[in-house]
Amino acid sequence: MKIILNIWRQKNSSSPGKMVRYELGNVNEHMSFLEMLDVLNEELTRKGEEPVTFEHDCREGICGSCGFMINGIPHGPERGTTVCQLHMRHFHDGEELWLEPFRAKAFPVLKDLMVDRSAFDRIIAAGGYISINTGSAPEANSIPVKKQCADRAMDAAACIGCGACVAACPNASASLFVSAKIAHLGLLPQGEPERDRRAMRMVLKMTEEGFGYCTNTGECEAICPKGVKIENIAMMHRDFTRAVALFREESKAGGAG
Amino acid sequence: MGTIALNSGLERTAFFYQSVVGKKVVMAVTGSVLCLFVLGHMLGNMQIYQGAEKLNNYAAFLQGLGAGLWAVRLVLLACVGLHILSAYQLWRLKLDARPTPYVKKATVATTYAARTMTWSGPIVLAFIIYHLLHFTTGQAHPDFRRGDVYHNVIAGFSNPAASLFYIVANILLAIHLYHGVWSMFQTVGVNHPRYTPWLKRLSKAYAWVIGIGNVSFPLAVLTGIVK
Amino acid sequence: MAFQLDSRTPSGPLEQRWSKAKQEMKLVSPANRRKYTVIVVGSGLAGGSAAATLGELGYNVKCFSFHDSPRRAHSIAAQGGINAAKNYQNDGDSVYRLFYDTIKGGDFRSRESNVYRLAEVSVNIIDQCVAQGVPFAREYGGTLANRSFGGAQVSRTFYARGQTGQQLLLGCYQALERQVDAGRVQMFYRHEMLDLVVIDGRARGIVTRNLVTGSIDCHVADAVVLATGGYGNAFYLSTNAKNCNATAIWRAYKRGAGFGNPCYTQIHPTCIPQSGDYQSKLTLMSESLRNDGRIWVPKQKGDTRNPNEIPEDERDYYLERMYPAFGNLCPRDIASRAAKLMCDQGYGVGPGGRGVYLDFKESIGRLGRKTIEERYGNLFEMYERITGEDPYTVPMRIYPAVHYTMGGLWVDYHLQSTIPGLFVLGEANFSDHGANRLGASALMQGLADGYFIISYTVGHFLAQVKPGGVNTDHAEFRAARQEVDERTRRLLSIKGRKTVDDFHRELGKILWEFCGMARNAPGLKHALEKIPELREEFWQNVNVPGSAEDLNQSLEKAGRVADFLELGELMCLDALEREESCGGHFREEHQTEEGEAKRDDERFCHAAVWEYAGDGKRPVRHVEPLQFEFVHLAQRSYK
Repeated sequence: MKIILNIWRQKNSSSPGKMVRYELGNVNEHMSFLEMLDVLNEELTRKGEEPVTFEHDCREGICGSCGFMINGIPHGPERGTTVCQLHMRHFHDGEELWLEPFRAKAFPVLKDLMVDRSAFDRIIAAGGYISINTGSAPEANSIPVKKQCADRAMDAAACIGCGACVAACPNASASLFVSAKIAHLGLLPQGEPERDRRAMRMVLKMTEEGFGYCTNTGECEAICPKGVKIENIAMMHRDFTRAVALFREESKAGGAG
Repeated sequence: MGTIALNSGLERTAFFYQSVVGKKVVMAVTGSVLCLFVLGHMLGNMQIYQGAEKLNNYAAFLQGLGAGLWAVRLVLLACVGLHILSAYQLWRLKLDARPTPYVKKATVATTYAARTMTWSGPIVLAFIIYHLLHFTTGQAHPDFRRGDVYHNVIAGFSNPAASLFYIVANILLAIHLYHGVWSMFQTVGVNHPRYTPWLKRLSKAYAWVIGIGNVSFPLAVLTGIVK
Repeated sequence: MAFQLDSRTPSGPLEQRWSKAKQEMKLVSPANRRKYTVIVVGSGLAGGSAAATLGELGYNVKCFSFHDSPRRAHSIAAQGGINAAKNYQNDGDSVYRLFYDTIKGGDFRSRESNVYRLAEVSVNIIDQCVAQGVPFAREYGGTLANRSFGGAQVSRTFYARGQTGQQLLLGCYQALERQVDAGRVQMFYRHEMLDLVVIDGRARGIVTRNLVTGSIDCHVADAVVLATGGYGNAFYLSTNAKNCNATAIWRAYKRGAGFGNPCYTQIHPTCIPQSGDYQSKLTLMSESLRNDGRIWVPKQKGDTRNPNEIPEDERDYYLERMYPAFGNLCPRDIASRAAKLMCDQGYGVGPGGRGVYLDFKESIGRLGRKTIEERYGNLFEMYERITGEDPYTVPMRIYPAVHYTMGGLWVDYHLQSTIPGLFVLGEANFSDHGANRLGASALMQGLADGYFIISYTVGHFLAQVKPGGVNTDHAEFRAARQEVDERTRRLLSIKGRKTVDDFHRELGKILWEFCGMARNAPGLKHALEKIPELREEFWQNVNVPGSAEDLNQSLEKAGRVADFLELGELMCLDALEREESCGGHFREEHQTEEGEAKRDDERFCHAAVWEYAGDGKRPVRHVEPLQFEFVHLAQRSYK
């Protein structure tokens, strides 16, 4: 089948970009979307042009590296699918597609379809963890966890950090990503001691990084390749509000020991 | 980022409001007050269908509350102020958060109501100002009689242009509520797979009730049902 | 320079060896630790856990990753689970049994002491991960759930749906980010290690390329830890992520680190079959599927009927028939070879007859669709997305694919390579799995190395050296930098007619055909002629577009493929020299009458360690004899 691609080409973060049109003649319907781009890149290389830069790695939909906009939707038209798992059988012969990088102030474009998502790491570093040094963990079964809690935590933890939620959000909000971590750890008894601190620091960091706010449009939930729910965002709002309201200063006398 | 220091109440409030979540919660809480007011306002005005005396007595009762009325007005004013302030600041953040727009953008889940919140809001605000000048203080009214609410309504709505603005604005208000009521719950952290679908239905019902109720007044006058 | 292959294995009773070794290790006092800089290359399970743990201890850690975030490392794709000898199921598991299963699964080609230590710390790993908030599957009572896995008769595998690797990696990534926030670990994202710098016989730093700006930089350290994963991508088509590569370990090898058992590669039995030439990678379906899925082929050759129309008595559940004790849960190498055997004999299904059925009909009938959905839902979805077929109603088609490399840089009991100060963890090293890795053991090894072993052994090493002492102006750093620059310039200047992928695909075909699931001397000799030719052509005729001062994915790929073109030759050489069959290394000349792998313990009960002898020179093969004091060397039997 034939596919017409309009791809955003941008040399680096400081230069302007533009849409460039490519036609691809022999696309097999069993190819994945990225394999189709591989074919394009091979063609471009043979012609002496620079191939299209796009991020990708596992191609199994779990590493979260890949992702760009296809016709204005992150990861393309299929729900619950990353672009690496999107197959060409979902497109028709002669279809024209627009590929663009995820756009947000916090996700500067590095080149073509590749963006810098390190803001996500900085948000995790601000509190998206449970402080437990190696070796100090208690016996695993000494902390019983309700199955429903473990399951819900797992639902939230399934987030792959691809950034599609930010890309889809009309406000470029990272709420779904941040709340997924707050919910994952907050739902588990292990995460309880740092729950307030985590919510405060992560939300503050998210704001600092220049992400927008949540207007509850549900766009992120709809396009999330892992089906992470905005229920988590409600939990984040609740946790944050409660944490700020009930926050206590650390004792001036220092720790207990 | 070091430890968070929130020594005074002011610092605590500032910290809360500084964050995108805080602003949004302020918007939701003030929104909920305004929501309830809108419902109360509409229910009170329903007395127009019971005749001039009933409605004018109700107005007199409200005026008779004196300080109480002013307290309510102040709370409402504060809520409107904060609702607008947070909306404005969040709207600026939104512009900031995506400086380069998409060449092509599609939406998958966003409802018309959710998409239009940022401009249904300002129009409703303009309407409220007009509405106050129209029926509360009278400057925008051709034949304003202090104390005779019934007359003011009939006379005001007899002008088709004014009525049309009322109808359009109230439809927008309903659309604003269509997304806003459920959104409020979500923002303050109420979401449960069992109840959220009902909250969404409640939100829609609320919007319909307010919309139909409010639009009915000018329509009733224009069609001569209320004279 | 001849290698000193001192494995530094402690003596004495097996179960006391690790404690004894720990007690004998020298320590660096807490106040002195920040004076030492440790470079960790790689931030997957092994590298991430090592960097986090060393940071917690107070060392000055610099962690390098070619990804944009540690969460992208390919550990994330591990699906099935992680083994640990907790014996929560009361089904007779123990540290010894996990040790024994691993040794036996590895076909008696690993070090007893290492494997015992691995089994021993496996229990601590689970504790650590649970405390970090890894959402392992739970029973209704709140305790941890287990499932069974290939090569074991107990249920000792802990899992988080089909995303165990992801959850363990996120746990370790979070621990790492916590250290980043605390200022104890400095992350270098999108930096690729391109050379190791050895000064006075000690690893003293690395040379990296910033993948965004193209800048080549030198970094000094008191010890270097490589946790850069395996080299399965040498085959082009594998279940590895597209960017997995051997560059870091290969450059270290060329700087003097011995390469252990390069021919040991694991072919995973349950992957989605290839659908066309454009295919860029193969997708694994977790081994855990073999718990509830039954593998079969039609009894009739070339049967093209719809599988649901083939009656029970016309199906050959060949694994259950051939290996009644373990059935569908026999180890990976055995299951893979059996599938190949069936397809070679003409019983294969699907395009080209390269596939066998993995059928869930029976278990859906027995347990209900809901239970199967709960256990494997995401895997089923993935299968459907890729193939367009619904595995709830039509049996999956699977075929073996390259998955893991047991070989890697040789390390001693301290995980130190033949270069002092160079430590190697996880899949990048050769230890623990012998000639075949059991399912759910890679996660265990990566985390054991990173959380619980390196923290002691790096300390022991550092306690014996003074911190600092060299800087990047040192002649060796300048020389290494220059070599990297030169090589980059050369790659970009060829401007030939073939793309990097053209060469990679060709190399892959050679390796898969001659150094894949079954190998023989003539084939390997043929490959040993073909690979140097291909390499020659690569350096004459490759086309790498773009510049060095830019983000250039073609250049990144070219450097990695250039290394695979050298490593592939070493794999074949090692496979040719090892004239026996063991685990993943199956030499057709050495098999039993029933077609099983036949070891030669007389001649090959050792690890082969290859020493680089210079460009164009044949590397030198050394051996580390393997002593089995506690287990009896037996012919593996899963019947």
